[in-house]
Amino acid sequence: MTAQTEAAQAPDLLYSEAEEDLRSAVRSLLAGRADAPAVIAGIESDTPYDLRLWESLAAGIGAAGLLVPEKLGGQGATHREAAVVLEELGRSVAPAPYLTSAVVATEILLALGAGDGPVAGLLAELAAGRKVAVLALPFSTPPADGAAAMTGTLERTVTGVAEAEAADVLLVPTADGLYAVETGGDGVAVQALVPLDLTRPLATVTLSGAAGTLLADAGPAAAAVSKGLLAGAGLLASEQLGLAEWCLTETVRHTRERHQFNRPVGSFQSLKHRMAQLWLEVVSARAAARNAADALATGSPDAPLAVAVAQAYCSRVAVNAAEECVQLHGGIGMTWEHPAHLYLKRAKADSIAYGTAGRHRETVAGLVELPAP
Amino acid sequence: MSTAIDAAQIRRRTQELLAAHPPATTGRTDFLQARFDAGLAWVHYPVGLGGLDASRSLQPVVDAELAAAGAPDNDPRRIGIGLGMAAPTILGYGTEEQKQRFLRPLWVGEEVWCQLFSEPGAGSDLAALGTRAVRDEGGDWVVDGQKVWTSSAHVARWAILIARTDPDVPKHQGISYFICDMTDPGVEVRPLRQITGEAEFNEVFLTGVRIPDSRRLGPVGDGWKVAQTTLMNERVSIGGARIPREGGMIGTVARTWREQPALRTHDLHQRLLTLWVEAEVARLTGERLRQQLVAGQPGPEGSGMKLAFARLNQEISGLEVELLGDEGLLYSDWTMRRPEIVDFTGRDAGYRYLRSKGNSIEGGTSEVLLNIVAERVLGLPVEPRNDKDVAWKDLAR
Ligand SMILES: Cc1cc2nc3c(=O)[nH]c(=O)nc-3n(C[C@H](O)[C@H](O)[C@H](O)COP(=O)(O)OP(=O)(O)OC[C@H]3O[C@@H](n4cnc5c(N)ncnc54)[C@H](O)[C@@H]3O)c2cc1C
Repeated sequence: MTAQTEAAQAPDLLYSEAEEDLRSAVRSLLAGRADAPAVIAGIESDTPYDLRLWESLAAGIGAAGLLVPEKLGGQGATHREAAVVLEELGRSVAPAPYLTSAVVATEILLALGAGDGPVAGLLAELAAGRKVAVLALPFSTPPADGAAAMTGTLERTVTGVAEAEAADVLLVPTADGLYAVETGGDGVAVQALVPLDLTRPLATVTLSGAAGTLLADAGPAAAAVSKGLLAGAGLLASEQLGLAEWCLTETVRHTRERHQFNRPVGSFQSLKHRMAQLWLEVVSARAAARNAADALATGSPDAPLAVAVAQAYCSRVAVNAAEECVQLHGGIGMTWEHPAHLYLKRAKADSIAYGTAGRHRETVAGLVELPAP
Repeated sequence: MSTAIDAAQIRRRTQELLAAHPPATTGRTDFLQARFDAGLAWVHYPVGLGGLDASRSLQPVVDAELAAAGAPDNDPRRIGIGLGMAAPTILGYGTEEQKQRFLRPLWVGEEVWCQLFSEPGAGSDLAALGTRAVRDEGGDWVVDGQKVWTSSAHVARWAILIARTDPDVPKHQGISYFICDMTDPGVEVRPLRQITGEAEFNEVFLTGVRIPDSRRLGPVGDGWKVAQTTLMNERVSIGGARIPREGGMIGTVARTWREQPALRTHDLHQRLLTLWVEAEVARLTGERLRQQLVAGQPGPEGSGMKLAFARLNQEISGLEVELLGDEGLLYSDWTMRRPEIVDFTGRDAGYRYLRSKGNSIEGGTSEVLLNIVAERVLGLPVEPRNDKDVAWKDLAR
C-alpha cells in the first residue's frame, strides 16, 4: 500500500550553505529595492513590477535559471534553491513573476525535453531573465487538473491568468497541444483585472486569430503542464512559509514594543500563546515545504504526495499568520499604510492558487487510499 | 568528538557482538549487558558507559543490524523514565562512581526508574516543591514529604528526586537533586487510579527516608538547574520518537477507514484527511529536528514537538471513537490494574482517547510549554512575577 511504503531515501529537510548564500543575496536585493513603502507605491502605480528588481533577481543573481541545466543556459540548480528564492519573495511580497515564469512555465518547457528548437530557445531566454512566460490557465488550477486543461483551440478567452501583463510569451494549452503565443503579437489582448492581491496582478487573456508556435502535441503537453503545476504548487508552499515567517516576526516585534496597561502587550498570556502556536505552525510548515522542494528536486515518486501535503498544510498557516498579524497589530494593522494587508491579501490569494487546501486533501485521499464515502 | 567512528566500523562492531553472543543461544540480560559493554547501547554515550563517543545518527545502524539478527531489545516502554530522563541527568551531573553504578542496569532494564518531582502543591510551579531534605550529623540526608502522579513508582528500583534543602532562599535556589532508593522502608507507594481505570501512576509518601550524600546529583542548592536537564529531555522523549509514515495513532484510524467502508461519512472524511496531513507534517517536523541535531545545529523546535504530539493524539483518538460508532460506545475493560509499562497506544480506541488526555499534562502542560516557547524561543516578555525574590518559606500556599 502506498501509504506504508517509505520513500527509499529520507528527504533532506535542511538548508545547505549554498542555499543560505543564495538566500542572503536575494534578501539583501529585496531589502534594498522592495521595502514595504516601495511595494505599496508600486501597487498604486500603473504597473506594480519594478523592472530593475526583476533584472537583478533574474539575471544578476541568476534566479530565473535555477531549474534550467547549464547546457540550456541556466544555473543547473534545483527546486530546493528556487524554494529558497520563493521564501524570500514571500517574506517581501515584492511583485515578481518568479513562481509563474521561472518555476511553472520553465518546468513545463523542461518537461517537454527538447535539446534544441523553439522550446530550448525559449528556455534559454527565460533562464537568462530576458523573457517572461506564463501558463495561460486560471491561477487557481490545481496540478490534478493539468491534463484536463488540454482542450479548445487558439480562439479563446482565459480569465484569472497570473502575471500575464508581465509576460512576453503565453503557454497556451489546446486540444492540439501546447502553443507559445507572443503577447505582443496580433490577436492577443491582455486585459488587467482588479485582483484581491495587488502584488500579483491577474488578467483576462483573449486570443482571436493569434499566431502560435506548437511546442508539443497534446499527450506530452498534458504531462508537462501537470508537472509544471505540481512544481508551482510545491514551491508555493515555500512562498507561504516565507510570508508566514514575516508575519510572525513582525507581530512579535510589534507586541514587544507596544505598551498598554503599563506593560508590553506581548506580555499578555493570551497573545503569547497565540504567537507560540503560530511559531509551531511555521516550524511545521518549514518541514512540509522543504519536504516538497526536496521531493521535486530529486524527482522522488513521493513528489505528488509531498506537494499535496505541503499545500494542504501551508495554505492555512500563511492565512492564519497574516490574520493574526492584522489582529495583534490592532488599529494600525487595519491601515493601508502598514504592510500587513499586503501579506493578508497575498496569503488569501495563495490559498486559492494552484488549488485550495481542500483540493489538495482530495489528492492526498487518492494517493494514500483514504476514499470518500 | 563524534568524528572517530563511521557507519562501517559500527556495523563491524555490531557483527562482532552478534558473533560473540549469538542471540539464539544467549540469555536476554546477558546479551543486553554484552551490548552495553561493547558500546552499542547508545553509541553517542562515552566509551565505558555503553557508548563509543560516536555520532547519534549512527544509532539506527546498530538498531537495524540487531533487529535483523533477531536480537532482544531493552523494551524501552518499560524503562522510559530511566532512558529518557534519569540517564541524561546522571550523564550530565553524576560522579564517575554514580555513572558506573547506575547506567548499565538502567539501560539493560534490570533496574526501573521513576521520577519523584510533582507534589500536591507543586505541579506546573514545580520549583515551589516542599518535600524537605535535611542533613544529619553524618552528612547524609533525611527526606520527608509527599510526591504525586509518580508513574511506575510501583515497579521502580530507583527514583530521581528533587527536594528542598534550604527554605530560607527564593524557591529556585534552595533545591537539591538526589537518587532515591525506592526499597527504603520510609518510601510508601499507593496507587492512584486514572480515568482509564488503571493505575499507571501513584502517590509516594516519604517518611524519614535516608539518602547517603554520595547519591546527590550536582551541588547542594543547584537542583533546579539539574532538573532542567531532566525536564528538557523528558519533553524531547515524549513525542520525539522517529516514526514511519502513518506510524502513530493516525495509522490505526486509517486502517479502520480502509477496512470498514460502512463507517465512512463526509464529515469524518474531511476531518480524517486534515488530521492525516497534520500527522504527516508533524512527522516531517520531527525528522527535520533530528537532521538538525545530527548536523550539529539543534533548533528550538524540540520544545514544540510535544505540543503537536499531544494535540494530534487527542484529536485523532477522539475521531477514532466517533468513527467506530456502536463500537465506540464500548470500552475494553475498567478493571483496576497496575501496569508495568507506560502505554499510549495499546488496547482500544476508548483507552487511547482517555490516555491521550494525559499527553497535554504530563511532562509540562501544553499551556506551560506555550509559555516557554513564547518567552525562550520568541523572546516575548515574561509575565510580571511576584515570587522571584521571596524566600520559599514566605510564599503564599
Ligand atoms: C499521566 C501522567 C503521568 C505523570 N507522571 C509523572 C511522574 O512520573 N513524575 C512526576 O513528577 N510527575 C508526573 N506527572 C505530573 C505532571 O508533571 C503534572 O501533572 C503537571 O506538571 C501539571 O501539574 P498539576 O497537575 O499540578 O497542574 P497545575 O499546575 O495545577 O495546572 C492546572 C491548570 O493550570 C494551568 N496552568 C498552571 N500554570 C500556568 C501558567 N503559568 N500559565 C498558564 N496556565 C497555567 C495548567 O496548564 C493546567 O491547565 C504526571 C502527570 C500525568 C497526567
